Amino acid sequence: MSKRKSKDTQWTAGECVSQAQKILRERYCYQRVPSSPVGIESQRKNLLELLRRTAIHGESNSVLIVGPRGSGKTMLLKSVLKELFEVREVQSNVLLVHLNGLLQTDDKIALKEITRQLQLENVVGDKVFGSFAENLTFLLEALKKGNRSSSRPVIFTLDEFDLFAHHKNQTLLYNLLDISQSAQTPVAVVGLTCRLDVLELLEKRVKSRFSHRQIHLLNPMDFHQYIETTQEHLGLPQDFPDERFAQEWNSSIKMLCEDRSVKDVLRKHFNTSKDFRSLHMLLLMALSRVTPTNPTIKPGDIQEASRLCSMDAKANILHGLSILELCLIIAMKHLSELYDGEPFNFQMVHNEFKKFIQRKSHSIHNFETPVVLKAFEHLQQLELINPMDGPSAKIQKEYQLVKLMLDHSQIMEALQKYPQCPTDVKQWATSAFG
Amino acid sequence: MPAELRQQGYSEAQLRLVSEKVPCREAQAAALLALFGEPDHYSFPSIFIYGHRAMGKSHVTLTLLRELQMPHVVVSCVECVSPGLLFEQVLGSLFDSSAVTLSRSPSLSDFVRLYRQLCAEDSAKHTRYIVLDRAEVLRDMSANLLPGFLRLQELVEDNVTVILLSEIVWDKFRPSTGCFEPLQLHFPDYSKAELQQILAQDSHPSYSAELYTFYINILLGVFYSVCKDLRELRHLAALNFPKFCEPLEKGEAEESDTHKLWRNIEPHLKKAMQTVYLREVSSFQWEEQLKQDGETQSLRGLSAYAHVELPYYSKFLLIAAYLASYNPARTDRRFFVKHHGKIRKTTFLKKHEKTSNHLLGPKPFPLDRLLAIFYSVVDSRVAPTASIFSQISSLVTLQLLTQVGHDDQLDNPKYKCTVSLDFIRAIARTVGFDILRYLYDFL
Repeated sequence: MSKRKSKDTQWTAGECVSQAQKILRERYCYQRVPSSPVGIESQRKNLLELLRRTAIHGESNSVLIVGPRGSGKTMLLKSVLKELFEVREVQSNVLLVHLNGLLQTDDKIALKEITRQLQLENVVGDKVFGSFAENLTFLLEALKKGNRSSSRPVIFTLDEFDLFAHHKNQTLLYNLLDISQSAQTPVAVVGLTCRLDVLELLEKRVKSRFSHRQIHLLNPMDFHQYIETTQEHLGLPQDFPDERFAQEWNSSIKMLCEDRSVKDVLRKHFNTSKDFRSLHMLLLMALSRVTPTNPTIKPGDIQEASRLCSMDAKANILHGLSILELCLIIAMKHLSELYDGEPFNFQMVHNEFKKFIQRKSHSIHNFETPVVLKAFEHLQQLELINPMDGPSAKIQKEYQLVKLMLDHSQIMEALQKYPQCPTDVKQWATSAFG
Repeated sequence: MPAELRQQGYSEAQLRLVSEKVPCREAQAAALLALFGEPDHYSFPSIFIYGHRAMGKSHVTLTLLRELQMPHVVVSCVECVSPGLLFEQVLGSLFDSSAVTLSRSPSLSDFVRLYRQLCAEDSAKHTRYIVLDRAEVLRDMSANLLPGFLRLQELVEDNVTVILLSEIVWDKFRPSTGCFEPLQLHFPDYSKAELQQILAQDSHPSYSAELYTFYINILLGVFYSVCKDLRELRHLAALNFPKFCEPLEKGEAEESDTHKLWRNIEPHLKKAMQTVYLREVSSFQWEEQLKQDGETQSLRGLSAYAHVELPYYSKFLLIAAYLASYNPARTDRRFFVKHHGKIRKTTFLKKHEKTSNHLLGPKPFPLDRLLAIFYSVVDSRVAPTASIFSQISSLVTLQLLTQVGHDDQLDNPKYKCTVSLDFIRAIARTVGFDILRYLYDFL
């Protein structure tokens, strides 16, 4: 026994790092369900009680879980289902149907999916027979025939619930909620959505059949808890093979989270959004810099990751433009200042640019009109300028009205960072009117 | 060679090979590889790579995936006109292609179901990668496709990563109700020095490398302020190199005689900017001309063929349409009525609209006004026959005029004239009409 243990601790640094990466990556990317979710105990209890009533007592229920993206709706549902299915009686008795608004884009597909997941008799091989109406009546009859005492309860989970509300006549929602209202087969309808106004999307008849039970996941976390969560998310579990490495790692993570600069970075992230997904993205970026030669996360890694996460994409794109394109953007900036945000066309921009060239051409040569037009079209391709009336309007390219999709401060900032920007172009950009 | 490209789980030799193939992009390749992690580790569900055209986005990604032999599929979204084609390509190359049978117009639901099914038979030992090139096209396909692909890892419960490549920033992709946020990675543009380094790699075997570097310097001097696109620059470099070498071949100059070489090539490159760069002259024509050593002006570009032969009345109709589009309606009396009484010029010319008409573009005009101007500018008496009206509609089909507002086709249609000033002047010259005298902007 002791021999085996000593063997375990003799892992090389490379293997340890590899194992740590594996565990943490699975946590960040694959969204594995944690054994004990924190901060949502009351919601969890609420949902579990509700589902248990359906599963064991045969009550029909409907509930909506509402919360912003990345607030752990799916995680809550999964952990509750996991706990529910540990009961043996439930395991053998309850049927589960998962639907997703992204996948089941209309009722017909959704219905096929339900029949498939319930493994009903008319499914032969992998094909579902019958038309939509037939399918619906078959399914409804199958569900209606049952009663509270004898039939198996079904739990429907509808991910992206708001998308189901866009279906024609909301037939699926109506029928599901209708069954949950009347004393037929016990069903529980659990909807997950990120829209707070989801009830306004429902038709009146559908809305009246919904139980108006909502569970909100609003993430009432403060910064101190945020730091603690971060530390927890970075730590290695107890059952890590190499104990020494795990201890070192965890203590280094503790040190990291107390570091002042790391706290600043996390504060910045906390102020932009509290959801875990953006935190996971940051942590993954930091984690990807961990190698056998650099076996722990350092404050510098977190800072670098945060810099990468919060880069201004438009500024990056502006940095890559040629000097001619940059000049056109400055001309557009002047035009929108001059005419108060009115749209403009290529001729006006070119005119503005020509004025600059004529007055003070030192570094920029006089380009032919087609060359300038090509630069203008490139800007349009990058969607830095958007046409006002659709791309297919039948008018010459020169006269199509466009709008600049950039802020003035963005332009000025990009100009400061532009490599080897000629001084007169900079001056032209700062001068008020052309 | 910087030793940045290092990752556990891959052999040293392979990594060295990759880093040789991605000049000036080692940092990006290393960052990407670090995100990928070891082959059997999970990677982030979706990665969004953006940067300008020809900045090595797909080159780096593909080189990594191919050289390190990761299971991957590359799909160009432009090719996939329907989602079905996209699904078929993905499933066909990730799994054994014989097992894939999709229905005729599959939905995302079918795709996910089939993926799970195939995945259960052939589960992933290594991360699978789906690379979607030109991802901006995905936005125009059905609304659930992009959010679906972004969270594909969660939907199919497989170790799969979707990589999106695009020129356009992520902000323009985000659906209104939000979606799973991908990890964004930026490929910055090549600096001038990096461009030089990359372009200098494909030097000509019969000349020294220094000479080619010198040539590239000249080329960048002319084109860099207009174009940073590596592909375009490389094309131009290959095209104009024979001209650069001409004095050397003739024996008029030595390799060290840089000033003379520069004097020889610079005007030539400036000409190339107006011709080959704009695709006025095709590369083939350009090469032919270099061989024949002809004068560069002799070559007519595509835009020189803009002249169109039209019937007599069509010409006048077009002239009338141009006048109606670019003159304000209240000046018609002054131009086209013989005894228009006195209109004072001061009230007539307002400063702010003096030259603005050719800046703002054509204005729409009703059919009546077009005909009125037409009768006034054409000398002889013309009956309003069917052929006149059919000529108007055929001008519309030739896209010399466009109809605005499609609500009433017969009753009172409105038109716009969509030809340039040069074009209309050429037309007016053929019928002996001085158009500038009638244009308000040029008074």
